[in-house]
Amino acid sequence: MNRPSVAWKLYIAAFYIFLFAPLLVVAIFAFNASPFPSPPWKGFTLEWFIGSGDAFGKPGVLVDPIWLDTIANSFKVAVPVALLAIVVGTVNAWVLERAEFPGKTLLSMMMLWPLVIPGVVLGISILAFFSRVANGLEEWLQTDLDFLRPGLPLVILGQLSFILTIATLIIAARLRKFDRSLEEAAFDLGASRARVLRTITLPFLRPALIGAGLVALLMSFENFNTTLMLVGSEAPLPITMYGQMREGATPAINAVSLLLMLGVGGIVGIFALTSKTER
Amino acid sequence: MSAKPDTRLTLFLLLAPAVLWLGLLIVLPHVEILILSFSERVAPRVYVFGFGNYLEFFTEPLYWRTFARTAIMSILVTVLTLVLAFPIALYIARVAQGRLRAMLLLLCLLPFWVSELVRTLGWMMLLRETGVISYVLQATGLTGQRIEFLYNDGAVILGLVYGGLLFMIVPLANALESLEPAVVEAGFDLGGSRWTVLRRIVVPHAMPGIVAGSIIVFMLTVGNFATPVLLGGKNGLWFTEQIYAQFITRFNWPQGAAFGMLLLLLSSAIVWAGLRLTGQSLGTTLKQA
Amino acid sequence: MAQSTDLDLVSVVKRFGAHAAVNDVSFSVAPGEFFSILGPSGCGKTTLMRMIAGFENPTSGDIRIRDKSMIGVPANKRPVNMVFQSLALFPMMSVGENVAYGLTCRGVSRAEAEERANRMLERVGLKGFGERHVTALSGGQRQRVAIARCLVLEPTLVLLDEPLGALDLKLREHMKIELKQLQATFNTTFAYITHDQSEALVMSDRIAVMNQGGFEQVGSPRELYHHPATPFVASFVGETNRWQGDVAAASNGAISVRLPSGAVIQGRDHGQSQVVGKTALAFVRPEAIALAQETSALSGLPNRFEGRVSAVLFDGANSSLLIDTVGFDEPVRAVLPQAGQLAGIQVGEAIHMGWSADAVKVFSA
Repeated sequence: MNRPSVAWKLYIAAFYIFLFAPLLVVAIFAFNASPFPSPPWKGFTLEWFIGSGDAFGKPGVLVDPIWLDTIANSFKVAVPVALLAIVVGTVNAWVLERAEFPGKTLLSMMMLWPLVIPGVVLGISILAFFSRVANGLEEWLQTDLDFLRPGLPLVILGQLSFILTIATLIIAARLRKFDRSLEEAAFDLGASRARVLRTITLPFLRPALIGAGLVALLMSFENFNTTLMLVGSEAPLPITMYGQMREGATPAINAVSLLLMLGVGGIVGIFALTSKTER
Repeated sequence: MSAKPDTRLTLFLLLAPAVLWLGLLIVLPHVEILILSFSERVAPRVYVFGFGNYLEFFTEPLYWRTFARTAIMSILVTVLTLVLAFPIALYIARVAQGRLRAMLLLLCLLPFWVSELVRTLGWMMLLRETGVISYVLQATGLTGQRIEFLYNDGAVILGLVYGGLLFMIVPLANALESLEPAVVEAGFDLGGSRWTVLRRIVVPHAMPGIVAGSIIVFMLTVGNFATPVLLGGKNGLWFTEQIYAQFITRFNWPQGAAFGMLLLLLSSAIVWAGLRLTGQSLGTTLKQA
Repeated sequence: MAQSTDLDLVSVVKRFGAHAAVNDVSFSVAPGEFFSILGPSGCGKTTLMRMIAGFENPTSGDIRIRDKSMIGVPANKRPVNMVFQSLALFPMMSVGENVAYGLTCRGVSRAEAEERANRMLERVGLKGFGERHVTALSGGQRQRVAIARCLVLEPTLVLLDEPLGALDLKLREHMKIELKQLQATFNTTFAYITHDQSEALVMSDRIAVMNQGGFEQVGSPRELYHHPATPFVASFVGETNRWQGDVAAASNGAISVRLPSGAVIQGRDHGQSQVVGKTALAFVRPEAIALAQETSALSGLPNRFEGRVSAVLFDGANSSLLIDTVGFDEPVRAVLPQAGQLAGIQVGEAIHMGWSADAVKVFSA
């Protein structure tokens, strides 16, 4: 068992090539001086990042308002999602680990539930429910309630529906490891409850809070299924990419993808670093 | 510390976010599509209770065939993913040591933090008629003309397996890691062959991981949208596409809601069956993942 | 009276449902005293301590510190500080920040708190450790930080909840002495809870032995050891031989107990009068048993028996012998002599033993 055969090693190697081949191809062709994201190789260019559009008829990603807007939209969704995930996730973790009340088992099961619902179903159910609410309220209040219609606010809610489960699990796992006597010791030394929370409990939870926030950020950025059902006129990144991929794209999409990979790599790097130093 | 008059208020405030979240974003929306799925349009903006949407599903072959196809292909993808992932997970958990193990696991994780669409784009660029593989084959003279690898079931399965691998490897590796080396050694010591030890000791020990990974991969596959649509093209025929079409393209929400309920039912049924067959519980399974 | 105590508990009761974890406990601790509560796990000592610290409220009774009732006063407002079993040093802070924590909570300025923390660290022998991370300390150093963190607040009373439990044996022996010395230099009142009788005996001025929610006896270590008030104290504090039998005769404090085998032991009743025919427990310390190769050497002792060595439990100064003795169901335990002919005794050898009537404590069962 401890001496892997050659075949096994070859398989491992082939597997990792298989794993990275698509990403590598995407990254390489972001620099191809060709209007199409396919071979042959026509030479190295940065046109697809910063080009003005003179060379291939379409501007590079970093100057193209379409791509810049869509990236901005993704941030408009991801940042609130991450912040809410941290806050609500912490409260939920507290409920799971500290509170005692009838029906707690049921509630903790319910919190896991969103993980087993297909994203598309989450999307349509939230779409249908909020449309009904909007219809009812608009008739009653006689005003337009656009934030309940497909659009970024609804996308935020849709993504939160399952990202909250992940955030809750991450933070609750850390809270479970917390030694309650630390809180008692601080209280015993004269700290008020608020001070105990600020100086003892939250600092202990910090790695989990950062981790939950980053995971939420990433999941929000790449979520497609739920977002697709709830998106309005302002599309976040995956939706725009999907549209371009169906129509046949320029290497600009490779450039966006590469930027995304670098961003993700950066976030994962931060995550790895913080979790290492905090332990 | 306990039994203060304000503890009830505190508990109430602590529970409020969870109740709002689960109530407004999960429970009520599902009640809504359940109700919606049982309403039939008899006139513009007039709906009555009825099973019409479900009847439509069973009478229109395109619908139930797509449904069955989605289910069967998802099971196939899950099995393929398990078979492909097992040697990798075994290697990571039991052969690789220290830095190498951390490296291998991190390398597995990285592609999956990148958007599904980026990964799918990569496969499209590789498999397309004008893509890399076809180009290389032609350039090296192995084939005379360009070959289209995209837009068939093989491409869809490839993309879905690729997308599921990580979610299989991590629970498998976790389960395999907890196996005492001494147990494996005892298996060999007592005269077991490699194959016997694998079958009698390693696989049973990894069962919680196998179940967890399979359930997650199945759920992700059945609910996938972008991969079958983009890699399968017109031949993709995935059930989520039908839901999307009813909701967004045709604006027939009751029909789409019925499809949504059916998908939810399918995914829950398979998860439940998987848990029952292997005697695992959902809570421990999710923990494994 | 009002000035002479730091801590008074008056009929304190704590119930969890129907179970009384602490049942009608009263005691007082004098200023500067090292007071221990000794009892087996689950006897209610931790609950008692948590009530004094303010983490639990008594169901009834009063807890007074320097004659002020603490009922309704939360833990962070009590002049009591606690050293936790786990020590509960804050891992997110440096040693200095740990010690200064309580001061900053009181509103002492950061600079002054740091200054006072450093001075306290110096007094406990940790000069220059202020910047260290608490995880970078040894077990004994962590111990001292936990105590310094309390002492810097100059509390009326320091509570210690089995703080030596996690240490290895050698360090524990060392810390016993160190704790005692620390307490003496600071002259602060210590209330110490433990299940380890040796810790309690070595360090305490007075010990309360606790069992099933109540106090069995409160006294100095010597009193507890030599004059146990109850059978529980007799068997819990120190090693002892314990025999059950019937009272055969009782007069003028002299008692004889007949064991089921018919063997009779002469003893004294120690204040408890016994009724003939009633079941009684007799206790004899191993060190009270004289050993000899000839019975003639024991002729002055009223209790004389002979047996055969069944085991030699060698443990340095604490070595003992188990002796299978005619008339006793279980082997009699006696201290192994460290010198003389008997020091080399082997399993299987015959031996004579005897002890005085004063050495036998008899309690009604």
